[in-house]
Amino acid sequence: MNTADQYLKTIYVVQKQEDGPASTGSIADSLGVSPASANEMIGKLEERGLAEHEKYKGVRLTDDGIVRARDALQTYCIIERFLANVLAVEEFRDEARELEAVIDDTVAERLDTIIDRQPECPDCFDPETDACKCLDIAAAPVEPEQ
Amino acid sequence: MSVSQRIASDDQLARLLQIGIVLEEVVEARAHHHYQSLDAELDEEIETLLADAAEESAEHRQRLESLIEGLGVDSVPFDEIESLVDARYGRTQPEDFDGILYDQLCNEETAYKFYDDLIEAIEESNAEFTIDRAELLDELRAIREDEAEGVSEVTEVMERR
Repeated sequence: MNTADQYLKTIYVVQKQEDGPASTGSIADSLGVSPASANEMIGKLEERGLAEHEKYKGVRLTDDGIVRARDALQTYCIIERFLANVLAVEEFRDEARELEAVIDDTVAERLDTIIDRQPECPDCFDPETDACKCLDIAAAPVEPEQ
Repeated sequence: MSVSQRIASDDQLARLLQIGIVLEEVVEARAHHHYQSLDAELDEEIETLLADAAEESAEHRQRLESLIEGLGVDSVPFDEIESLVDARYGRTQPEDFDGILYDQLCNEETAYKFYDDLIEAIEESNAEFTIDRAELLDELRAIREDEAEGVSEVTEVMERR
């Protein structure tokens, strides 16, 4: 998954969590990058017609942006499910985040042939636990950073 | 882990090699299933292609296993992957020879893409691994080359038919 797709996925999830435009700060926090880096990429997404940025409000994905974000979230879900259900990795969230940059969506699709993904994917993704709701192992809620 | 940060540790490399093993296991199991489902008298060419693909995947799996042994990590048991493929297979089984060839093409292309991304990620990484970087890259490039040949072979058969 490339960097733009990681941003789209994050903006989509933050938008859902905040039930409105995603603030640059929340996007930067979620991705572990500086607000300046986040702003730069948001500008690029705007140029490509994937997001709209409104000053003091935040970022909102366009319809095209939402389609790509949902695809990226699905790929992420496949990686999480694969790590948790097939390889029984306990730290599947951390590892999925590490691996998503290296795992392409074509590779994820092939991994998808051995995981029992639900038809509602990626709506199965729960921002509260930062994990797919349908995993074999229960994911504990993520503690907010102090 | 920040955005775009690539392979940074032995553990992460081992996990990616494990994923490579699983992909090879999927190819091996699916090729084997397709092979079993064929009426050999009807199509010797596809039968040979699938038998070779299963054999090559088994060999790649062993080569990847040797690499992750060097990192002190366990492999992924083939039996488990085979049963997962079995469980899902009924829902995804191709209905004819064209479907079988197309599935095989997807297998080869996906494996090629995986190794290509993995090699690029290792090349971009400054991390020091327990195993020799040059040997690791040589081995992965050789496997990627096999996959490229596999794509050509399947494409050639598809075009001819």
